[in-house]
Amino acid sequence: MLKARIIPCLDVRDGRVVKGINFTNLVDAGEPVAQAKLYDAEGADELCFLDISASHENRETIYDVVERTAEACFMPLTVGGGVSTIEHVRKLLLAGADKVSINTAAVANPDFVASAATKFGSQCIVVAIDAKQTSAQTWEIFTHGGRRCTGIDAVTFARQMVDFGAGEILLTSMDRDGTKQGFDLTLTRAVANAVDVPIIASGGAGTVDHLTAGIREGHASAVLAASIFHFGEISIQTAKTSMSRAGIPMRLKEKQKR
Amino acid sequence: MTIAIVDYGSGNLRSAAKAFEQVANERTNTPQVCVTAEPDIVAAADHIVLPGVGSFADCRAGINAIPGMLTALNESACVRGRPFLGICVGMQLMATTSLENGQHRGFGWITGVVRQLAPKPLEDDHLDGLACRLPHMGWNQLLLDQPKQPILHGLSDGDHVYFVHSYGFQCDNSEDVLAHSDYGGTVVAAIGRDNLVGTQFHPEKSQETGLRLISNFLRWRP
Repeated sequence: MLKARIIPCLDVRDGRVVKGINFTNLVDAGEPVAQAKLYDAEGADELCFLDISASHENRETIYDVVERTAEACFMPLTVGGGVSTIEHVRKLLLAGADKVSINTAAVANPDFVASAATKFGSQCIVVAIDAKQTSAQTWEIFTHGGRRCTGIDAVTFARQMVDFGAGEILLTSMDRDGTKQGFDLTLTRAVANAVDVPIIASGGAGTVDHLTAGIREGHASAVLAASIFHFGEISIQTAKTSMSRAGIPMRLKEKQKR
Repeated sequence: MTIAIVDYGSGNLRSAAKAFEQVANERTNTPQVCVTAEPDIVAAADHIVLPGVGSFADCRAGINAIPGMLTALNESACVRGRPFLGICVGMQLMATTSLENGQHRGFGWITGVVRQLAPKPLEDDHLDGLACRLPHMGWNQLLLDQPKQPILHGLSDGDHVYFVHSYGFQCDNSEDVLAHSDYGGTVVAAIGRDNLVGTQFHPEKSQETGLRLISNFLRWRP
């Protein structure tokens, strides 16, 4: 059967990996390709690069990072951050990304998601939604790295994005991001139950139990985490074994084939 | 020996090329991997790989848009019997017909129809994220219908491979199915007949298992 996925996310700025805590206080945590190889060897199910370079010039560095990673890691790679034109999507895919994640541009111009999905196929278009709770059962979308409120309802927006051709939703709780208190499970479940595409739960994972809950309670298909893996607090293999023991179908390490 | 990876504008060929190069470089006679849109190069290659992402109709149109490409593929795969590997939509193109967004003709090499998947829900609704959703996206396990097929050499039941698709190949002849997976029902994972093979999953994204299959393909002398 299909397995739940663990996706380590590397925030990349100017070609270097940084760690995000509530989207501020950035701390350098290493070289992206080296980290990617490490996660590949550890059995990560996919990799995600989020480019948080501030300037257009520095964004060019991501293509090189993606190229070098694709040469070394034979696993699915999602790249996001500042993707706003068909040309960006094309360049990332040509560099070796398998999926491209669109965030701010999806809110500013939903038709961009539709044209990207038509051009390259839904399977490579991920829409990244950053949401913050505004009342008991309501979450609103934030853009620009979580700094700008849009007043758009997250669940409604997720449905619209799927109608427009998004093949997957990367859902980040702004309230939980960097807190290590666990995913916002109510938010995750609300979005997962509203759409038919896979959901990646993100924002707040601090323990293996949080990852398990993201799948079992949040109905996510995949869990994304950054800091808990980066600093070796939990290895991906340990996380997978524990989740498997908790009853979640996981892809455990396979023996050498060649 | 040359391996042609057919480039007809279907997105990302870099990762496919890199995976084939990696495997090729581990071999003593170091085959040459060539990403090409030239029908002549395809016609002359010893092994042919047809990747494909996006919609069936777009991929089909992409091949039709290159004068001589369909003839070169037919000639190589069907007349000269060169080893041919279709990946994802590249495999689906081998079918008679696809019903993705209308009705489209495939190459008709392996009789069957490409239809939208209709996965049934799991009993445990806590695992709703791992059932029923389309695309069928992520790592799923292979169940080998023809474990002796050389392309599957060294692979076992339960090995994981990476899928991303919403449509699946339904073969008319069960003997054309090399492997399947379970996703709320049977999903055809690999097909083959004579010198033709296809994988619905992405061997170039399937780490060790995928690289093993690629290595088998390069070694294959059907």
